[in-house]
Amino acid sequence: MRLIDSETVAIRQETDLLLVRQLVRQRAAELGFRKLGQTKAVTAASEIGRNTLIHGGGGKMLLQTYVELARRGLRLTFEDHGPGIADVERAMTDGYTTAGGLGLGLGGTKRLVDEFDLASSVGMGTRVTVTLWT
Amino acid sequence: MPLEMSSKLLEVLEKHEAEVLAEWIKEQIGATTLRPDLLKEGELRAQCTKFIKLLREAILGSNIFDIQRPHWTPVRDMLGEISRSRALQGFSASETATFVFSIKQPIFARLRKSHDKADSLAEDYWNATVLFDKLGLYTAEMFQKSREEIIGRQQQEMFELSAPVVELWQGILALPVIGTLDSKRTQLMLETLLERVAATQAEVAIVDITGVPAMDTLTAQHLINTVNATRLMGAECLISGVRPQIAQTMVGLGVSFADVVTKSTIAGALAIAFKRRGLGVRSLQPSEEHGA
Amino acid sequence: MERIPILRMGEFLLVTIQVDLHDRLATKLQDDLGASLASTGARGVLIDISALNTVDSFIARVLGNIAEMSRVLDAETVLVGMQTTVAMTLVEMGVSLPGILTALDAEKGMKRLRTAMRKGRANASHRQ
Repeated sequence: MRLIDSETVAIRQETDLLLVRQLVRQRAAELGFRKLGQTKAVTAASEIGRNTLIHGGGGKMLLQTYVELARRGLRLTFEDHGPGIADVERAMTDGYTTAGGLGLGLGGTKRLVDEFDLASSVGMGTRVTVTLWT
Repeated sequence: MPLEMSSKLLEVLEKHEAEVLAEWIKEQIGATTLRPDLLKEGELRAQCTKFIKLLREAILGSNIFDIQRPHWTPVRDMLGEISRSRALQGFSASETATFVFSIKQPIFARLRKSHDKADSLAEDYWNATVLFDKLGLYTAEMFQKSREEIIGRQQQEMFELSAPVVELWQGILALPVIGTLDSKRTQLMLETLLERVAATQAEVAIVDITGVPAMDTLTAQHLINTVNATRLMGAECLISGVRPQIAQTMVGLGVSFADVVTKSTIAGALAIAFKRRGLGVRSLQPSEEHGA
Repeated sequence: MERIPILRMGEFLLVTIQVDLHDRLATKLQDDLGASLASTGARGVLIDISALNTVDSFIARVLGNIAEMSRVLDAETVLVGMQTTVAMTLVEMGVSLPGILTALDAEKGMKRLRTAMRKGRANASHRQ
């Protein structure tokens, strides 16, 4: 597995999420993800990015691209120094409802990606890493 | 690691490069394993020349015992490329690995000449053998991976052909599925169906699983997801040919049958599809039966 | 202030979303639609999302809110032209959009709206 490229985007305000979406779409397309894969990547980035902004008080996203013999990878790492997640179980299972559920919605996001990692400690911050492969 | 060894090997490669190259190429052409129909001599020469160059650089910068080290990356990459292109062309694993193994003879011949002591020669032979065996094995491994990737791709193409989406009527698409479904194949199939729905703006899609004897929960989930996705797009997906076993799997998943419209036959589903489109079928009057 | 334009087409309100929506813009749309419905008394809302290639849970929630709000204001909402990959992604995430009508294109969408509006009127007169 070889790292090709690495870039960071600050997530400090709402419009930064638009940049995040644009960048992820662009890199995913460059790596050769099909349209569905691109959309999953962008949607996952949008979900986690929003959590970083709203629950984490802002942070950043690190975007890395990898190449292997038979496939390419896109890894997104979102970090914030916010309050952290006290109950990770609940954060992962809180569902989406249009009736206004407040879940962080990470459970659904996990289904979109190939690899998912969450590290969080109360009072210190949260880091979510997701990876998608072509 | 005895520095003397790598410098002897290096010496051979540097002082006698042209000879080693010529003999190496001759070995490969002479071997019954080379395929002159697939690989031209000019191409082979270019590959061998490049390989010797990369080999020298790797030996210079690192030891010869660990080919996983970064200094060996260019050599490994090249072997990977050769494996892939030979796999694509239809060479066998041993035909491909011959590329590395056949360099031993010319090199050993010259190693022998550059030694005056028998025991130091034995050690050099051993070390060189270990190195080239490792490289040869690596080549064979990479070949294997490439072959698997190629086969996987071919399988995919075959699956796509084996489950074509057909237009039963204007605005009504059908996907008759045959055989046991696995998750990957199902996903691909259903994706294609949805894309055809979008492309033809068909309001009804029928997935017929009469020919599917069994299905695991993951695949059943994909099927249900397809029904829901179709609805979000503004169309409807009916499922026909559901066997009792599969009905059980779906119930197990917590699917309420109010959400999913299923029929036991494709004809039943077609009747519903016609209704949705405001169409009906009637018997012809005797006077209508004749004619074009 | 940036906003999504709302067009009046007979008894319908028509919204075409062509840009990547940031959260504030989406919420503004919801507010604007509420105001428009109240002032025009329109009975149907058609939202065209055929240009949207990403819909995440927040946008989905806003769309659901719009449908609910419309119903309270005696109108029906139809979502038109959702892209295949968007639909597949939402479904995989487990996001559903209950209570919202969908259609493949604007023409079919308006047909569906008219049917729903007729039903709505029928229900209303029953209630009286």
